[in-house]
Amino acid sequence: MINNILRWLTDPAQWSGQDGIPTRALQHLEYSVVTLLVAALIAIPVGLLVGHTGRGRSLVSVANAMRAVPSLGLLFAISLWVGPKIHGSLAFVIPSIIVLVLLAIPPILSGTYAGIESVDPAARDAAKGMGMRGSEVLRVVELPCALPLLMSGLRSAALQVIATATIASSVSLGGLGRYLIDGLASSQYEVMAGGAVCVAALALLMDLVMAGLQRAVVSPGLTGKFKQSDPVASDGRIPA
Amino acid sequence: MSWVLDHIGQILSLAGQHAYLAGVPLVIGLLLALPLGWLARRYPRLYPPLIVGTGLLYTIPSLALFILMPLVIGTRILDPFNVVVAMTIYTVALLVRTVADGLGSVPGVVNQAATAMGYKRMGRFFTVELPLAVPVIAAGLRVAAVSNVSIVSVASLVGVSQLGYFLTDGYQRGFATELVVGIASCIVLALLFDGLIVLVTRMMTPWQRAGR
Amino acid sequence: MKRMNTVLVLTVVAAMLSLSACGGGSDPTKPAAGAGSSDKTTIIIGSADFPESTLIGEIYAGALEAKGVTVKKTFNIGSREVYLKALQDGSIDLIAEYTGSLSTFLNKKASAKDPAGVYAELKSELPAALTVLDKSAAEDKDSIAVTKETAAKWSLKTIPDLAAHQNDIALAAPSEFKTRERGLVGLKAQYGVDLTGKFLPLKGAAVVEAMKNGQAQAGNIFSTDPSIAENSFVVLDDPKALFGVDNVVPLITKAKVTQTISAALNAVSAKLDTPTLGDLLKQVVSDKKDPAVVAKEFLTKNGLG
Repeated sequence: MINNILRWLTDPAQWSGQDGIPTRALQHLEYSVVTLLVAALIAIPVGLLVGHTGRGRSLVSVANAMRAVPSLGLLFAISLWVGPKIHGSLAFVIPSIIVLVLLAIPPILSGTYAGIESVDPAARDAAKGMGMRGSEVLRVVELPCALPLLMSGLRSAALQVIATATIASSVSLGGLGRYLIDGLASSQYEVMAGGAVCVAALALLMDLVMAGLQRAVVSPGLTGKFKQSDPVASDGRIPA
Repeated sequence: MSWVLDHIGQILSLAGQHAYLAGVPLVIGLLLALPLGWLARRYPRLYPPLIVGTGLLYTIPSLALFILMPLVIGTRILDPFNVVVAMTIYTVALLVRTVADGLGSVPGVVNQAATAMGYKRMGRFFTVELPLAVPVIAAGLRVAAVSNVSIVSVASLVGVSQLGYFLTDGYQRGFATELVVGIASCIVLALLFDGLIVLVTRMMTPWQRAGR
Repeated sequence: MKRMNTVLVLTVVAAMLSLSACGGGSDPTKPAAGAGSSDKTTIIIGSADFPESTLIGEIYAGALEAKGVTVKKTFNIGSREVYLKALQDGSIDLIAEYTGSLSTFLNKKASAKDPAGVYAELKSELPAALTVLDKSAAEDKDSIAVTKETAAKWSLKTIPDLAAHQNDIALAAPSEFKTRERGLVGLKAQYGVDLTGKFLPLKGAAVVEAMKNGQAQAGNIFSTDPSIAENSFVVLDDPKALFGVDNVVPLITKAKVTQTISAALNAVSAKLDTPTLGDLLKQVVSDKKDPAVVAKEFLTKNGLG
């Protein structure tokens, strides 16, 4: 079995053409990146606002409740109802992207919100003491401090999107999921397994890139490298 | 809707199947994740490989895992056991990091105080560290529970019987009502799991309520 | 106090587990190995991933139950490639099949063109553990259909007519159509029509929707599908009979065949014909009635259940 998979993966026919691994991997990456961008554009500002102003916490609960919606069901539903209204070749891509965006919003939103919540109140106080106003505090202090948790939310969203985009192939979306769905339909196990390996590899690659991004963007002081061991805060509180 | 009333028996039966396929892995996964998370916390050098290793498991697409499971564990093609094993793997992958972080969230001074009071390692783990880690672990468990319910519905693409049946059959026939009922049932089930975990957590952490 | 909490927690967890185990329809606690059903008189009926297969499966189930056979149903398994595996490893015992398609699937070079010949050829190709009972007059075969507008625009009447426009045609069909002899492979080999360029992998209602919206110019639709008539689709002629003959026939594990079972299923096959099947399918797909309900009405009307 493993031999079959290796043979399929190393077959040069798999690496060229419309159905080749690079084409499909690129498609898959395209869908994932577009999804993450759109979801981030929606979720990060909302998370920042809710965390900064402390109002609209219910939005975060709603977003978490959104996790409960089964992605396969949403995919089928939106394909059946939104699909027919779109003419042209994007008719099958747009419903899938919509579902993937809805899937990616909860982790990003809760990561952003948790990030802002975790900002040390002392830092906020210091910023106000230095004369910064609301949006400046958000931009200069809260956002940078929230970055670790925000990035972790983004990474978790990226993983879910890449994994769920495979299922979207059952409504004819391209990408690496085609190997899974087509392999399933024709009962070719090595195609399915090979496709799974490619998806896992793509996910790992994406995560590595985002880890690099995280290292570049997050301030060194927040990485915990310079943390002292369990100091007791000035007011006697034991920090978590 | 009258369709729902006509099919209430089928809905409940499939919901029960679904609950089994999502819930059992949750419990087993947690039990497996506890020692692994503890190991990651106790021996910091094991943290990166354990977390990365289990994270790798989560990158395997669910469809592939369901289909390839019979080849790995020798079950038959439609056996729900395939789904249970696959879901357990996902649950462990999600929870190891949560357990490690949960145990890590216990303040060092508390551990030191417990040791000073005479608790041995195992005793300290079960009576001090674990209860204090419950809030963080429970948060991770809620995410795992909801995610499990959603992933299990994908198993209808490989013919395993659960609420996902309404999704695939509704899509094939273009039957909106059935599709909506399928989605709604999954949501309700996920919220039930979530609520149950919140309830149990609240029972296990009376000190969080005490300060009101 | 702490101990009581632990006991409470364990009780709740145990309750949750037992609740879900009780609520489960089938028997998840039974180990995977061993025979599919526990005794000789339980038949597990499967179906493929399209509504007609489930409908016929329900008809078989009703007919068998009326004769006292215990029946278990596992529907919506997947394509032929998948459910044949399920038949072979004992996960299911009986499924509705189609003579020509199954025959070509087992042997690409199957050459018979008439119903009796196809049936005989099929019987000779089946693996030793499986057998088929009497075939029915009811037929449902693959077809290539185009919209009325497309047919008018390109003067399409037969499948070979597609060759002239093959680069502009997106065909919507299930994934497995791509690799099957009664699919893209055969279309190319027998008619020289190559539709791999814009293949759109879809199934069920989605194929019809794609055709209606112009995303696909042609679709693989089963001949009994009510959507052909409802949308005035044009079914292209198949002069070389690539999609040939496809009579409904019960495919069953030889070891499970009993007098009662074959009598009951043969009686069903005798009463089923193409117009009836088409009408029953219309009730399931267009009127959205339950396959089990439609099956029961058919059986009662024909004195079989």
